[in-house]
Amino acid sequence: MSEQNPAAPSVEPLWPLWEVFVRASRGLSHVHAGSIHAPDAAMAVRNARDLYTRRNEGVSVWVVPSEAITTSDPDAKGAFFESAQGKNYRHATYYTQSEGVKHL
Amino acid sequence: MTDTRPDLRSVESTTETTDAQAQERFDALLEADERIEPRDWMPAKYRKTLVRQISQHAHSEIIGMQPEGNWITRAPSLKRKSILIAKVQDEAGHGLYLYSAAETLGTSREEMNEQLLSGKAKYSSIFNYPALTWADVGAIGWLVDGAAICNQVPLCRCSYGPYGRAMVRVCKEESFHQRQGWEILYALSNGTPEQKQMAQDAVNRTYGPALQMFGPPDDESPNSQQSMAWKIKRFSNDELRQRFVDMMVPQAEALGLTLPDPDLAWNEARGHYDYGQLDWAEFNAVIAGNGPCNVQRLAHRVKAHEDGAWVREAAAAYARKQSGADTALKHA
Repeated sequence: MSEQNPAAPSVEPLWPLWEVFVRASRGLSHVHAGSIHAPDAAMAVRNARDLYTRRNEGVSVWVVPSEAITTSDPDAKGAFFESAQGKNYRHATYYTQSEGVKHL
Repeated sequence: MTDTRPDLRSVESTTETTDAQAQERFDALLEADERIEPRDWMPAKYRKTLVRQISQHAHSEIIGMQPEGNWITRAPSLKRKSILIAKVQDEAGHGLYLYSAAETLGTSREEMNEQLLSGKAKYSSIFNYPALTWADVGAIGWLVDGAAICNQVPLCRCSYGPYGRAMVRVCKEESFHQRQGWEILYALSNGTPEQKQMAQDAVNRTYGPALQMFGPPDDESPNSQQSMAWKIKRFSNDELRQRFVDMMVPQAEALGLTLPDPDLAWNEARGHYDYGQLDWAEFNAVIAGNGPCNVQRLAHRVKAHEDGAWVREAAAAYARKQSGADTALKHA
């Protein structure tokens, strides 16, 4: 588009952002589906229903204000999660003497 | 680029990372075919390229509602109306998934919306063509959505996580769009001679512009190489176009319609169909704003935004009333 439209309306600030989590069926966890803008929680749930569950994707929807989420630092990935490394004895497969013994 | 998305707070980093280390980690992730996520470090140009591509894609979905939305009241049966409403609603949804993916890169929805309404941002040139007859609704579904699927399936593996995930959702819905379009054409093609002619005319009008949806030929597409290196794009424009032509020929035969290209011929040696030159002068003219409907499409979008203002205001006022304070609207 070479010409800009001088009559374009100003775009007012949008509503707060919410993160949407959908439970695919009973017994499963809610999984992050995307995000949505809405003026309040009730409308966020309705809009999330309309947007993310049009094809039987879910039986339950959670919305969380994006601001309320605290995350680990992605730059600290190694350091933050390394305590789990080198502890193979936490895994059942570490124990090999019991191989062939039934029901163990 | 304004970073207006409420940033997810994170626990304090215990390590200092240099730019060189960050770049190294970014390169390693790409090399391992892993996804880049919103909080990862990424080159400024990678971020900018993605914002441009994703927001243009979103704008195309939003503007793309118009040619078909125009036919909802005139669809030939209640069933066809219901299907068309569902399809147009999907397109609005695709726009929203994509805007939400672009927002994770730090560009606000307001900014993207402003760029669309002011005419600063581009959208797919195909939507600047009119849908003249009911058969055009079929041709749009079959050819335009078919080309879109061809483009979008590889984007499910885009290196940027939120974009790839949005595309998975979009692609699931696009198959319905293409099939309903094919069925409209099939019904017309097996109807009266006039109906068959109407279907053929629609295909004749839409086929060329649909092939242009893949973008300019590879040797004239300067950004393609970098996008492929970043694994944003997985295949070149010409590769995807060839794949599309190869898929469309047998489908046109099944419809009993012809594709408007005298040079279209099976090439035994290549194992592909050869196809003729496309009208790139027309393509460039439409992109430059001189397509048959550019002005109309944008004016309609601006009017829809203005006419919808009261809905947004009412929803905001209701939220304020419910919360008893202005806390729910701290961004307003």
